[in-house]
Amino acid sequence: MAGTGRGTIKEGKERYKAGVIPYKEMGYWEPDYVPKDTDVIALFRITPQEGVDPEEAAAAVAGESSTATWTVVWTDRLTACELYRAKAYRVDPVPGSPGQYFAYIAYDLDLFEEGSIANLTASIIGNVFGFKAIKALRLEDMRMPVAYLKTFQGPPTGIVVERERLDKYGRPLLGATIKPKLGLSGKNYGRVVYEALRGGLDFTKDDENINSQSFMHWRDRFLFSMEGVNRASAASGEVKGHYLNVTAATMEDMYERAEFANELGSVIVMIDLVIGYTAIQSMSKWARKNNMILHLHRAGHGTYTRQKNHGISFRVISKWMRMAGVDHIHSGTVVGKLEGDPLMIKGYYDTLREPRTPISLENGLFFEQDWASLRKVMPVASGGIHAGQMHQLLHYLGEDVVLQFGGGTIGHPQGIQAGAIANRVALEAMILARNEGRDYMGEGLEILEKAAKWCSPLRAALDVWKDITFDYQSTDTADFVPTPTPA
Amino acid sequence: MRITQGTFSFLPDLTDEQIGKQVEYCLNKGWAINVEFTDDPHPRNTYWEMWGMPMFDLKDPAAVMYEVNACSKAHPNHYIKVNAFDSTRGWETVRLSFIVNRPKHEPGFGLVRQEAESRTIRYTVHSYATDKPEGERYSHDGTGSAGKR
Repeated sequence: MAGTGRGTIKEGKERYKAGVIPYKEMGYWEPDYVPKDTDVIALFRITPQEGVDPEEAAAAVAGESSTATWTVVWTDRLTACELYRAKAYRVDPVPGSPGQYFAYIAYDLDLFEEGSIANLTASIIGNVFGFKAIKALRLEDMRMPVAYLKTFQGPPTGIVVERERLDKYGRPLLGATIKPKLGLSGKNYGRVVYEALRGGLDFTKDDENINSQSFMHWRDRFLFSMEGVNRASAASGEVKGHYLNVTAATMEDMYERAEFANELGSVIVMIDLVIGYTAIQSMSKWARKNNMILHLHRAGHGTYTRQKNHGISFRVISKWMRMAGVDHIHSGTVVGKLEGDPLMIKGYYDTLREPRTPISLENGLFFEQDWASLRKVMPVASGGIHAGQMHQLLHYLGEDVVLQFGGGTIGHPQGIQAGAIANRVALEAMILARNEGRDYMGEGLEILEKAAKWCSPLRAALDVWKDITFDYQSTDTADFVPTPTPA
Repeated sequence: MRITQGTFSFLPDLTDEQIGKQVEYCLNKGWAINVEFTDDPHPRNTYWEMWGMPMFDLKDPAAVMYEVNACSKAHPNHYIKVNAFDSTRGWETVRLSFIVNRPKHEPGFGLVRQEAESRTIRYTVHSYATDKPEGERYSHDGTGSAGKR
């Protein structure tokens, strides 16, 4: 009774005889299956062990991420087991990567609890990544059905409402992370907040690892930072904010810190990805209830998003976070110091901001995705960017993004306010030029040089940083090269 | 002080030609322009006075510029801004907003601190202009306000 290799599901007694049969023959490989509109679909990159049939490997992933265990169990017959089995329905070799396969797996909607990222991920990435029959596994993309998305709150604020609350339109927002990351006292810290916001930034930010350490406890940080925020607001006539990081050891601690931020009149609080999906969803509910913008720092993601053969693509994390409901998420800079291929980053940004994304293999988007009116998440570009790159940042990232110049503000030779002015002038000059229909990418440096003639802080910023680039090869790149269409 | 609300406040005041080009950009996007003015530029004063209705059916930047100039003429010493509204599903909000006129003297804001328990401070941004009643603000420099020139 060797398997036919076609994934035939045997009936009754024969199928459920005690023992071990290939996953393909247990009903987890269905090449003829047509996914339903309500199915969750996952695309995995599978690297099977030597000698393991790719279709069997795909079936195994489908099995282990849904109902299966390693052996036949008769208790399947007490359930509508065909429905609950995930179905691998397509396996394609990865172009240019021998030994790797893209496996498409469909999951019935009833496999998931409504509105729970924890439940979704416990299935999709719960057990399968350690599976012995595969050498490596990467979750590349997912298609979320509209029916399922409608069970999620999504971003508590979203781009549109955030802009309305801040009264800032038509340009990227500007931010800076307070540096040094660790060691400043509350009073010194608030000074940097004030200087940067006073100079012209919209936001300043706690870093991911600023919580409540011995050099600065959280209440002190909140109080001094809010003094800086309000002073800068009065001095400029603008709404300003500082992302108060409420990340802490327990939900109770986080709620306490968030409540205090709210009491002080902060417009925004911040959490780190490492707090976990459930905590993120809790904070999202809290933020919606308290009219608070929720900023997420993607601390820790590089451990599983960066390598192409194993882990989870950041575009999947982006999808989960739009569902879980955050308003800001760090998603790459293209030109800065951290990993980020331009084509891949476009895929993340589209996922966060668009109401619907079409299939775009060159951007890593394998499925058409309708976002079912879930609000838009504001991507944040942070890490090694400076005023001299303004035209490139606008070109690659668009206008609905927070550009965070930490070193590029605080490291300015004439001081922090001057650094902020340089960034804001560079930005406004570039937006003005873009709207006037100029080729701002081609003429970018010229536009900046012209503004620097009347803005000495921009002059100084360009002189210090204009040649600083981070040209390293990306590790996470597209598998599909865009084919030029004949004119 | 110089209030830095709006998209272009860090640049030198825009010329009519520059304003015209921004208006053209908005009209090309299919956005409707409106003009608003105020003598209370508090950062949370959301509702400035509307200079007529949003110009939904206007397609000619020159016609918009006519309204901008008419508003500036009537309110030379007020803050005036140009807004562009996008009615596309998923946006349905302002997409560009920039100041095109400001008073000769901008008094700015004070920060009022109310000291509360455990070092907490309740902050209020106070608009100095509102120390005088509406219609009498910015009159000390002789330019008067709406309709009083």
